[in-house]
Amino acid sequence: MKRVLCALFILAGAGGAANAAVLDQVKQKGFVQCGVTQGLPGFSSPDDKGNWTGLDVDLCRALAAAIFDDPTKVRYTPLTAKDRFTALQSGEIDVLSRNTTWTSSRDTSLGLNFTGINYYDGQGFLVRKDKKVASALELSGASVCTQSGTTTELNVADFFRSRNMKYEIVSFTTADETIKAYEAGRCDAFTSDVSQLYSMRLKLANTADHIVLPEVISKEPLGPLVRHGDDQWFDVVKWTLFAMLNAEELNVSQKTLDEQLKSANPEIKRLLGTEGNFGEQLGLSKDWVTRIVKHVGNYGESFDRNVGTGSQLGIERGLNRLWTKGGLHYAPPIR
Amino acid sequence: MSEIVDRPTPRRSGSFVTDPRFRALAVQTLTAMAIVWLFWLLIGNARQNLAAQNIATGFGFFSQTAGFGISQTLIPYAEGSTYARAFVVGLLNTLLVSGLGIIFATIIGFAVGIARLSSNALLARLGGAYVETLRNLPLLFQILFWYLAVLGTLPSPRNSTPALGVVYFTNRGILMPRLDFGPGSGLVGWALIAGLIIAVGFYLRASRRRKEGVAVPWRRYALLAVIALPAITFFAAGMPVAIDLPELKGFNFVGGLRVNPEFLALLFALSTYTAAFIAEIVRAGFLAVPRGQWEAANSLGLSRRRTLRLIVAPQSMRLIVPPLTSQYLNLTKNSSLAAAIGYPDFFYVFAGTTLNQTGQAIEIIAVTMAVYLLISLITSFFMNWYNRAVALKGG
Repeated sequence: MKRVLCALFILAGAGGAANAAVLDQVKQKGFVQCGVTQGLPGFSSPDDKGNWTGLDVDLCRALAAAIFDDPTKVRYTPLTAKDRFTALQSGEIDVLSRNTTWTSSRDTSLGLNFTGINYYDGQGFLVRKDKKVASALELSGASVCTQSGTTTELNVADFFRSRNMKYEIVSFTTADETIKAYEAGRCDAFTSDVSQLYSMRLKLANTADHIVLPEVISKEPLGPLVRHGDDQWFDVVKWTLFAMLNAEELNVSQKTLDEQLKSANPEIKRLLGTEGNFGEQLGLSKDWVTRIVKHVGNYGESFDRNVGTGSQLGIERGLNRLWTKGGLHYAPPIR
Repeated sequence: MSEIVDRPTPRRSGSFVTDPRFRALAVQTLTAMAIVWLFWLLIGNARQNLAAQNIATGFGFFSQTAGFGISQTLIPYAEGSTYARAFVVGLLNTLLVSGLGIIFATIIGFAVGIARLSSNALLARLGGAYVETLRNLPLLFQILFWYLAVLGTLPSPRNSTPALGVVYFTNRGILMPRLDFGPGSGLVGWALIAGLIIAVGFYLRASRRRKEGVAVPWRRYALLAVIALPAITFFAAGMPVAIDLPELKGFNFVGGLRVNPEFLALLFALSTYTAAFIAEIVRAGFLAVPRGQWEAANSLGLSRRRTLRLIVAPQSMRLIVPPLTSQYLNLTKNSSLAAAIGYPDFFYVFAGTTLNQTGQAIEIIAVTMAVYLLISLITSFFMNWYNRAVALKGG
């Protein structure tokens, strides 16, 4: 009887959820808990020794570098598309960096906030070369493989419905199952974000047999998420990405860091903490950007290394260039 | 089953509070109230936390547009339909695969179970091999085997050649001609029902005459009624039922009836797997009938098949039906493994896609549990009713 009463009191007391500031919790824990995919080359995938690499992973490593001066102080939680949001809502992870599309319903009704866009993407189709299809508009009557429960599924329905084209949807829970079904011939086309198409194409037997169709049928701005209610942590994650973009804009990279530290340019001085205390305003140290660039690099380096021309995916910068080069990445100034 | 005799607790002369009957009642009421209060507390706590984090709650999402397509729908469904409609579509898919699975599993299970009891050594061994193999391999593995290794190796639509000229076996599904019911086909349906009623009438008349000792060839009259009546109506109404043949147009077949490979793989896997268990239950039921029954039937001159059908089987059903109910419930719940191959059953459509799109995990999981519980309760209700019907009368 005593035990039952005890349990009841604990449950009643558990009503007040742990509302301590996430940044303080992270500093106390000693690591950042980062939610990632279960293996998407270029964005977040483990190698055979268990080391995670990718564009999304680099954001988490940048966070750890800014907070602890050590990019390895991150623990990764691989999540499926189904449990990614619940993991963040329940407090299991501190930040979700899992190439998630920023939509209004996700931003409002889930109790989560998107902190920014680290990859501007769109949705496309992957087909076999020997089907002799040159455009997505020729896919009437085709079977299309997709991952269930994603914006991809909704977008492909909209695309075919609005053009009065018939199609058969074949959906699976994970991206791996979907690509296997496509490879087995269960469907004619595989649809996903274009970056995922390039990434998944690497997992196919003959990469050259498959082409990505030119149509981009939707906007897919991908970015990290945090929970509602903690503005300081929201700012930290937001400005980590902006710091990497500003670093690229000011030509501060892993290679040029040492000489830029001695630069007289006031913008670079403010960025690297030689002047001002912008890092401390965030709850971090003065040299928070120096730490990020030293350990992870700027956005351009991260992009090239993981998904760009320096990687297996070989995706062009395209929309992901800086605004100064005609792309969409525009970071507010640090001052 | 004998009833537990309830001895009334003696009334004690003393105060109200020490009266054991009052105390028993009071403790039970307090416990019940505590449980209700606990649930109210948990639900209130959850709602408060969800509201604090600005997470949407409530069941309003049912009337929102679903926005996604479903590859197999028994009722009309479009991407613009609501989540409530998707809910029904998923539920019907689960009921379809579970219902057909139960029927096939029972047929195969009984056949294999009786085969194992056969005096033919080869048949008995084959039955044994079937049971031992399929019982011991995980169901998920069997589903994937059927889907990838059997149905996945069929040719693609552009490369398939039809069997019998109209049935195509492809890795996108099995395509066969479909009956297109035009206007006037309702009459043919009614004529078919009328024919069946007349056939049943012939059977009843024949069984009544058999009790009097007269044999009546009812089967040919019944067959005549069932075939002739609809046929006459069919031609009289101007042949309203047309045949829709599948044709290859572009990527896939158009027209005809298409059976999804996901559905078939799940159905085959569920049926064969559960049949292995049912076979063992059937065998146990038959072996439990006393040897004396066989000997008595033998001494009456009944053949082995007649003994089985008239004497042993009815007695074994009492022992078979309760574990059989468990297997049916297992099959229904195992159908949720459809998520592994993308068959749009209830779990996949509702607790998978809908949960993902709306993010309302608590409500959706609670509803999913309630639905599966309801399906299981209804199944076991019917099986228990059947069990009582075949029970030996008089305890």
